[in-house]
Amino acid sequence: MTTTSHGVREVPVTEAVLEVDDLSVEFPTEDGTVRAVRGVGYRLGRGDSLGIVGESGSGKSVTALAVMGLLPGAARVRGSVRFEGTELLGLSDARLSDVRGNGIAMIFQDPMTSLNPVHPVGYQITETLRRHNPDLTSRAARARAVELLGTVGIPSPERRADTYPHEMSGGMRQRVVIAIAMANDPDVIIADEPTTALDVTVQAQILEALQAARAQTGAALVLITHDLGVVAGHTDRVAVMYAGRIVETGSVEDIFYTPRMPYTLGLLGSLPRLDREEERLTPITGSPPSLLNLPPGCPFAPRCPLRREACDSSEPPLRRAGHDAHLSACHFAGELVGTGAADVFDTAGADSEALARFADTPPSTHAEEDPA
Amino acid sequence: MTDTEAPGSAGTHLPPADHEFTVRYRSRTRLVLRRFVRHRAAMVSLVVFVLIVLWAFVGPHLWHYSYQKYTPDNSQAPSWKHPFGTNASGYDAYAQVMRGTQTSLKVAILIALGSTAVGAVWGAVAGFYRGVVDAIMMRVADLVLTLPLFAIALVISSRSGGSWYWIAAVIAGLTWAYVSRVVRSTVLSLREKEFVEAARALGASDPWIIFRHLLPNALGPVIVNATVLVATGILTETALSFVGFGVQPPDTSLGLLVSQAQTAVDTRPWLFYIPGFFIIAIALTINFIGDGLRDAFDPRQQRVRQ
Repeated sequence: MTTTSHGVREVPVTEAVLEVDDLSVEFPTEDGTVRAVRGVGYRLGRGDSLGIVGESGSGKSVTALAVMGLLPGAARVRGSVRFEGTELLGLSDARLSDVRGNGIAMIFQDPMTSLNPVHPVGYQITETLRRHNPDLTSRAARARAVELLGTVGIPSPERRADTYPHEMSGGMRQRVVIAIAMANDPDVIIADEPTTALDVTVQAQILEALQAARAQTGAALVLITHDLGVVAGHTDRVAVMYAGRIVETGSVEDIFYTPRMPYTLGLLGSLPRLDREEERLTPITGSPPSLLNLPPGCPFAPRCPLRREACDSSEPPLRRAGHDAHLSACHFAGELVGTGAADVFDTAGADSEALARFADTPPSTHAEEDPA
Repeated sequence: MTDTEAPGSAGTHLPPADHEFTVRYRSRTRLVLRRFVRHRAAMVSLVVFVLIVLWAFVGPHLWHYSYQKYTPDNSQAPSWKHPFGTNASGYDAYAQVMRGTQTSLKVAILIALGSTAVGAVWGAVAGFYRGVVDAIMMRVADLVLTLPLFAIALVISSRSGGSWYWIAAVIAGLTWAYVSRVVRSTVLSLREKEFVEAARALGASDPWIIFRHLLPNALGPVIVNATVLVATGILTETALSFVGFGVQPPDTSLGLLVSQAQTAVDTRPWLFYIPGFFIIAIALTINFIGDGLRDAFDPRQQRVRQ
């Protein structure tokens, strides 16, 4: 926040606002330790945008909450989270509170529940403003709140400021949440599935509001989502998470055009595309492994069509695939050059097999009759 | 439609193009007021209650008899001179009921405010932190709940000389635990809501979350409890005075008046029934007002009350 007052951000490209290193999170449960995040690391320069994609339970949200220091007390967090050079892990809650909402802001998934129902939305913005700027007069805070509501695209913000969350639509509420997040000019905004709870029709508007917020604050963005399309449109870099680890990371182009990890390939293959004529999507069969007792080896191996012996014995580290910034955690990343999802995965997935079974009506046509 | 504020447009009654909601804008105060006014029972109760309060606090200054001055008329039935009659000693019952209402109101409101404030904060802190803090705080509350209210009140108030604030403090000191339990259970569910996590993500401290986010959301149960406590307070004070350990003569309270008149129920019923009527009236109106307040302060309340 040192050079921002001049309007021009003459910050060297190498300066990182948020550095996450070898972050791991474990939850002790009655059945054993759940290793929700296993050595995640990323680096966010000023104004950068990073998309984190992955299935439910891949550790995306837990990583974000760990960065914010919002995990429950039982969670064991190790590794390092540095915000503008300051280590956040191990900071007291009070010190951390000064960073939250001011240096790093977070946007939650469901705007229906992340706004306090008993306060008008304007109040909730001024509350944030005054938490980090105690000298601000209520009049100035109010003016700023109205301005923020305008920035995120809320019509007649002056009047909207006095409405309660329940009087707004989901999209409007999520705009309010974005306005709250950008209120204190944060350096990093973490958006945890900001559009998941909303109608598809308002998703684009919300993402626009998010872009407007970034444009005004110059904040770096961590966009957590399971929507690859959202990532492609709104971030520069992508990290694909699977079973608590980043399994592939690179620029949007790297990930979308030259994926080097079968899981990424599978994700892309399961995406409906309007620009290609494909009869069927290629599903990834199976489900993610339990994080309770991970077997040795690559966690994706049980679902991987390229599985070999090496996959079951050792977990591949994240290493260079292609150029410098493109990393992949696959033993055979090199073999994936130039392949598409349909080449690797069986297009006729589980669902088509099931369909075929229904289609073959007479049981006599089944294979077991052949030897008889 | 007089309170529609035509936004920015000159003279037109059509909603502007950017007005995408059907909800008309109202300020919070006006909203709360509107909802309260719409609650008919609450409005009537409020009027009655305010009249009683005015009468009890202003009336004694205007009335030509003092509650502690003998009149030459003993045991008279209600008349123009003594609207509520007089008792055997010649005290003017009208002056005494005014004074008694005043004392009872002060006691009841102090009880309600005191135990609500203590109980709400106690319960919110316990529910918010959970774990050891919760266990210790709620066991303390449980301990207070096991103390027989009446016995303790008897012991302490008999030593405190019967001044009204002592009686109120003793009763409040034994009733806050009820409030704390209710608030704790409400807070236990509220603390898991995402807006608490969101507030935390914005840098809110624990006290901030408790006082700005959790307690305002628990306002409904808190208000209901407070009104129940006003009624409880009046009745407990009445009971204490009735058995002779509440307010001591020459001061008086509604409970004391009823108690003193118990022997005269048949012969001079006005001495018994009139203070009794005021006890019921206060307890009832407060309950209705609380009902209206709870509805009015709940922003999610959309129901139109008759």
